Amino acid sequence: MPEMTLTEKIFARHTRRDTVRVGDIVMAKLDMILGTDVTVPLSVEVFRNMGAEKIFDTDKIALVNDHFVPAKDVKAAELSKIMREFAREQGVKNYFEVGRSGICHSILPDNGLIRPGDLVVGADSHTCTYGALGAFSTGIGSTDLACAWAIGELWFRVPDTTRVVVNGRFKPFVGAKDLILHIISRLGVDGAIYQAIEFTGDAFKHIFMDGRFTIANMAVEAGAKTGLIPPDDITREFMSQFPDIGGEYLRSDPDAEFTRTLDVDLEEIEPLVAEPYLPSNVRPVNEVKGVKIDQVIIGSCTNGRLEDFRAAAKIMGDHPVHPDVRLIMIPNTPRLMRELLKEELIDQFVKAGAIISPPTCGACIGGHMGVLAKDEVGLFTTNRNFRGRNGHPDSKVYLSGPEVAAATALTGRITDPRELTKDPDYYC
Amino acid sequence: MENKKLKGTVFKYGDQVDTDVIIPARYCTSYHPEDLASHCLEDLDSTFASRVKQGDIIVAGDNFGCGSSRENAPIAIRGAGASCVIAKSFARIFYRNSINIGLPILIAPDAVDGIEDGDEVEVDPATGTITNLSGHGSWQASSFPPEIQEIIDAGGLVGYVRKKLGKMKV
Ligand code: SF4
Repeated sequence: MPEMTLTEKIFARHTRRDTVRVGDIVMAKLDMILGTDVTVPLSVEVFRNMGAEKIFDTDKIALVNDHFVPAKDVKAAELSKIMREFAREQGVKNYFEVGRSGICHSILPDNGLIRPGDLVVGADSHTCTYGALGAFSTGIGSTDLACAWAIGELWFRVPDTTRVVVNGRFKPFVGAKDLILHIISRLGVDGAIYQAIEFTGDAFKHIFMDGRFTIANMAVEAGAKTGLIPPDDITREFMSQFPDIGGEYLRSDPDAEFTRTLDVDLEEIEPLVAEPYLPSNVRPVNEVKGVKIDQVIIGSCTNGRLEDFRAAAKIMGDHPVHPDVRLIMIPNTPRLMRELLKEELIDQFVKAGAIISPPTCGACIGGHMGVLAKDEVGLFTTNRNFRGRNGHPDSKVYLSGPEVAAATALTGRITDPRELTKDPDYYC
Repeated sequence: MENKKLKGTVFKYGDQVDTDVIIPARYCTSYHPEDLASHCLEDLDSTFASRVKQGDIIVAGDNFGCGSSRENAPIAIRGAGASCVIAKSFARIFYRNSINIGLPILIAPDAVDGIEDGDEVEVDPATGTITNLSGHGSWQASSFPPEIQEIIDAGGLVGYVRKKLGKMKV
């Protein structure tokens, strides 16, 4: 048997072959198929047009209300309605209604719908997030989605792999987002186009699931088809919430062929910021500090998990949000919302002057709940800052992790959290 | 993909033309070509939608269509009247979506360098030959692997699945 990468192993197990090679075009069986309120309605139309009547397996489909919910206008309400009616008609088990729903890329893993070793597709480009669990998961379009519903398989080109080996430990106020921004800046927005990125190295002994989801989530920002983290004890611990679902804990063989290897030393990474209008325009926060910010968002499928809000809370202490700043916080799921209530973080944030948004993509996609006006400047913990993504085409968004975002919300200017916490006034 | 030749005026853009400029999310509450067409490329070139004529050709640099998975992007391009896109490279999901909906896309870096904005260009999607009718030059786009060609021959992924489901229209 030739040596295979993690990606090749997953494809081999989902096709009728013993081995697959980079560049092979394969028809592969799918374990989970995700759709959301923006992408499902078109798929429903395509599904009907192709003469399909029943989805291939009602357990392997997830339909999530997240992008424009709670419905931002009549059109959005109609999109959700199409998805809701389709879910009922087809008897889709994993349909997530507003109130029990949240951002898809947290909802699926939190409900035990993804196993290590799975092959997953989703009509959303950040479907690569589940690579954090050692699944191969990637984004598709609406026609793909309809076809996947009908036959339970799709065509893929088996991608080659860029390996990123991460060693060391994070310095204070540096986290998973800084690591992935650093990697994207080295690879470029098309540096890993059509490829899988495999993140490995000793550093992962100290990077927990919340951080892993952040890292895998942004692989697509380097053009990659997916980003995978080989499953280990930390993965097992997360999966132990779902004892009955199994999963395959695969790793690349020692002599598997990688297209390229990038070495990263965590000790060298500072708090980072990506300037408008590309996630790869990465600079140390020190070089952009002082830029005036109108709105800060902490949330999204990139940084909307417990670890992120704890990091923000630590920096904010009992300091108020700067009078000129709107701080919007978006916990990804209802479960997380309860967690934040229990830890009294919601109380802390609201007292400081933040607004807590329901779990929605909303502002991340410039849809609603925090869209920017002309010439406004935002600092978001989201994953994309393309022109016009978050509101008016002449608005601007800087991207960062929750530490820089929280520090910035307190001062109204892009702020290095290390300097803020050193400031004697900060602790008074 | 249609077999007849495509001919039109070129609208040339740079690298990294992302899906947020091809069709901004604020319009993605619709997926109908007629709603999307008038906003196609609006944040990059506000005159595109009003100037483009049926059959015109978009030429661009690297990583065309990067960003979101929205199929609204190739639909908007087709809806606006463009007959095909020639680029140095395409973002993966955009590439998939285009094949799946039958928007001809051609990877031809040399052609991109040899074609100027406003040129008249002819494309034969069957052979991948690109001819610049304004200047001099003819190029060959890389061909599709046979498995993809099968999908294209079935008229896109829908046709392919229809065949598989045994629902082939006779
Ligand atoms: S949170 Fe943002 S990036 Fe994530 S799925 Fe929603 S819109 Fe996409």
